[in-house]
Amino acid sequence: MNEWIEALQKHLPEKQIMTHLADRHSYSFDASFGEYLPEIVVQAKKKEEVVDIVKIANEHRIPIYPRGQGTCLSGGPLPVNGGIVLDLSQWPEEIDVSADDLTVTVSPSVLTANIDKAAREHGLMYAPDPSSAHVATIGGNLAENSGGPRGLKYGVTKDFVLGLELVTPEGEIIRTGGKTIKNVTGIDLTKLLVGSEGTLGVITEATLKLVPKPPAVQTLMAVFDDVRLAGQAISRTLTSGILPSKMEFMDQACIRAVENFQPAGLPTDAAAIVIIELDGHPETLSIEKELIQDIMKNIGARDTVIPESQEDATKIWHARKQVSPAIAKIKPTKVSEDATVPRSKIPDMMDRLKEIKERHNVEIVVFGHAGDGNLHPNVLCDKRDQEEMGRVELAVEEIFQAAIDLGGTLSGEHGIGTMKAPFMENELGEVGLDMMRRIKDAWDPNGIMNPGKIFPEKGQKLVLRSE
Amino acid sequence: MSSVKTLQEKINYDKTFDCVQCGYCLPACPTYETMERETHSPRGRINLVKMVAEGKAAIEDLQEPIEKCLGCMACTTVCPTDVQYGEILEGAKEVIEDNQVKSKTQQKTEQFLFESFFPSKGWMDTLGNATWLYQKTGVQKIARSFHLTKVAPMNLDQFEKVLPDLPSPKERKRRAKRFIRKRPATAKVAFFTGCVMDSMFFDTNQNTIELLLRSGTEVVLPEQQTCCGALHAHSGKIDQSRELAKENIKAFEEEQVDYIVNNAGGCGARLIEYHHLFEEGTEWHERAKQFVAKVKDITEVLAELDQIIYTKPVEKTVTYQPSCHMSNVQKVKQPPRQLMDKILGLTLKELDRPDFCCGSAGIYNILNYEDSMDVLDVKMKDVCSKQPEGIVTTNPGCLLQMKLGIEREGASEEMDAVHLIDLLAQAGPVGKWE
Repeated sequence: MNEWIEALQKHLPEKQIMTHLADRHSYSFDASFGEYLPEIVVQAKKKEEVVDIVKIANEHRIPIYPRGQGTCLSGGPLPVNGGIVLDLSQWPEEIDVSADDLTVTVSPSVLTANIDKAAREHGLMYAPDPSSAHVATIGGNLAENSGGPRGLKYGVTKDFVLGLELVTPEGEIIRTGGKTIKNVTGIDLTKLLVGSEGTLGVITEATLKLVPKPPAVQTLMAVFDDVRLAGQAISRTLTSGILPSKMEFMDQACIRAVENFQPAGLPTDAAAIVIIELDGHPETLSIEKELIQDIMKNIGARDTVIPESQEDATKIWHARKQVSPAIAKIKPTKVSEDATVPRSKIPDMMDRLKEIKERHNVEIVVFGHAGDGNLHPNVLCDKRDQEEMGRVELAVEEIFQAAIDLGGTLSGEHGIGTMKAPFMENELGEVGLDMMRRIKDAWDPNGIMNPGKIFPEKGQKLVLRSE
Repeated sequence: MSSVKTLQEKINYDKTFDCVQCGYCLPACPTYETMERETHSPRGRINLVKMVAEGKAAIEDLQEPIEKCLGCMACTTVCPTDVQYGEILEGAKEVIEDNQVKSKTQQKTEQFLFESFFPSKGWMDTLGNATWLYQKTGVQKIARSFHLTKVAPMNLDQFEKVLPDLPSPKERKRRAKRFIRKRPATAKVAFFTGCVMDSMFFDTNQNTIELLLRSGTEVVLPEQQTCCGALHAHSGKIDQSRELAKENIKAFEEEQVDYIVNNAGGCGARLIEYHHLFEEGTEWHERAKQFVAKVKDITEVLAELDQIIYTKPVEKTVTYQPSCHMSNVQKVKQPPRQLMDKILGLTLKELDRPDFCCGSAGIYNILNYEDSMDVLDVKMKDVCSKQPEGIVTTNPGCLLQMKLGIEREGASEEMDAVHLIDLLAQAGPVGKWE
């Protein structure tokens, strides 16, 4: 047996080490593309174990991939070069709310939704709300800098991180940031680490910011016969002085898919709908609700809908949530992108997506967090159809290029992982990417920490086909 | 057809593509929670099925993860893409079963259990009668005091402790096959007695018939009915399961009835899926569909007919452990709660996680005793935090398992477990028309 496996066995309880093929296969994938068989899967339940594991990996130059619950959409935890998958999902959950400080300190395995749940017991809220919050671990959210519908008003994960504890790629423990809202001491390593996708170390604890829970929410839905108008309405709302907590967009294909899947009474003949949520004081909401209705109508919305009850509002949001499963019925494979553009460019992006769809004869539906320019073009295809997947690869490439051309970015909330690495230079430029790489090399001199992510190999291309 | 193609078809390779590996099933899965690895999660199992179909893993690699699945189907209720996990699981079991090399003794034992024992009314009665004899003659007492029960195989001694007192063979024989009303009936019901249910929980079945009669229905017990086939399907013996389904369909076609009623969540789940056993467009598929359309759990029928008032208060605080198969496959969730609401004096404290499996899962708790107890421990922690005086269940497996849970917690002084039907029978049921 390998020396490094023996070393791991010496430092960890037997139950936390997996070498059987079935177990290794079970950690070979995430919610994105591709499968890569690790040589071993180990579980850490305390930071001392992480230190031991990382030190062994570093000493023996074995790649190591931190993993939460594997809900990543960009390939973050995939063991692309073999080696060790480090499963952090079984770490005992610790949530320590410090209500008077409006902070919470958590262990990496905590499910993100549980942080919000704990905060709400104190009249507070943890604002980032990725759709996977009830499954995904905060460790994974921190690594990928996850977003969610509320990102429009509150921002993404990085906007809520005050301090971190990290095991460096050489097995040392460091702390960054702290518990204060203001903290300008030195280079901001906290921000550097959030979104570094596990390439700079293993996060073992985080202190997060909480905000007061808004006393009320109000839902609205606007119906459009023209996609461009919907885009304009979004821009106009946002420049009007009102900041909704969510502004979600669904195109006709999504509306129809949802109505076919679980009818919610959405207008299937509309070109697009925009679903808005306002949060704040009830009186403010009633004024803002009127203002938004006016804006929508002036721009040319066919209809605006104010749900009569909480139940009706829940129904609308439920319909929005059904988009992902509903479109999966159109075709089995879903390539879900999160290319993001400046908000004024949403209508242009919609046009570009339409062109790409026609040019490559692929099925693309669009929904997403339009309020922050974060669209989710979903290419629907069938993994088993190699010829089609070839066309999909081309379409995806063009989607990324379109976002960049319009002054946008490759990823609004999913991260780069393996899926978008080939396009990094297009967005950052050669030197920009090189500066990132230098940081990586300085932190991780032996290159053991989550290799194959963010940084492309020479000539790396997007591959969705299996050989 | 190549053997790869056959394997792929049998193992439902195509259906695995519906899984987008989002992981939403992870928090719902009891074995993922207790066994702490992806291999024992629905997503992990589906992926392994795919790996086997693609020749990247062997059927042997699949065996343990599939055998350790409780089949509680909690994952299917949270799956956003509606993956047919039940079909994938059964396909995998069938392939594992086909692939297994078994010793002669093992073959003989299984053959006896699945072909003769469960489907046979005679054997089931014998089991019930033997247990009665064992309980009544004092053998049970002697065996316990000399710790003889400890030498029983597969931890059966644990279950022996919690079996209910059984009726005598005479009582068993005396039961009528047909309960006709003098006044016009509200409905005609065919009662599916269930094999284990009828042998080990004879009184619950009697109470079921009694409640149906008090609801103003006419009740028949078709004589040719047999085991539902759930245990066979869970063990990968789909062909036998299909044969049993045919026998039952035939038996229940004899009479024109409005409902085919059962009182065991696990059986009910199998009965309502009979049409999946037959290819669409075939005559049997059609006949199965007609059968399935009439299948209802007893609680659904009682709640729907709503012809009974409960006159005797049961001053008790209870909690409710719904059967997974009833909640997740039959989707019967509210009727049992509605019925408990009608019992005077009864307080129902809901569990924090009522939909978390108790670990019984057919004969899982016998085949995988330790793993089942890990699941049970999670359940009992929830139960004990509610400090109830009783646990109400709707499935014989859950009932025995909860009784065992109470024993393990050393809480038999404080609480007991009861089938909802028996609880209703205690509550002085009187027909509204009586």
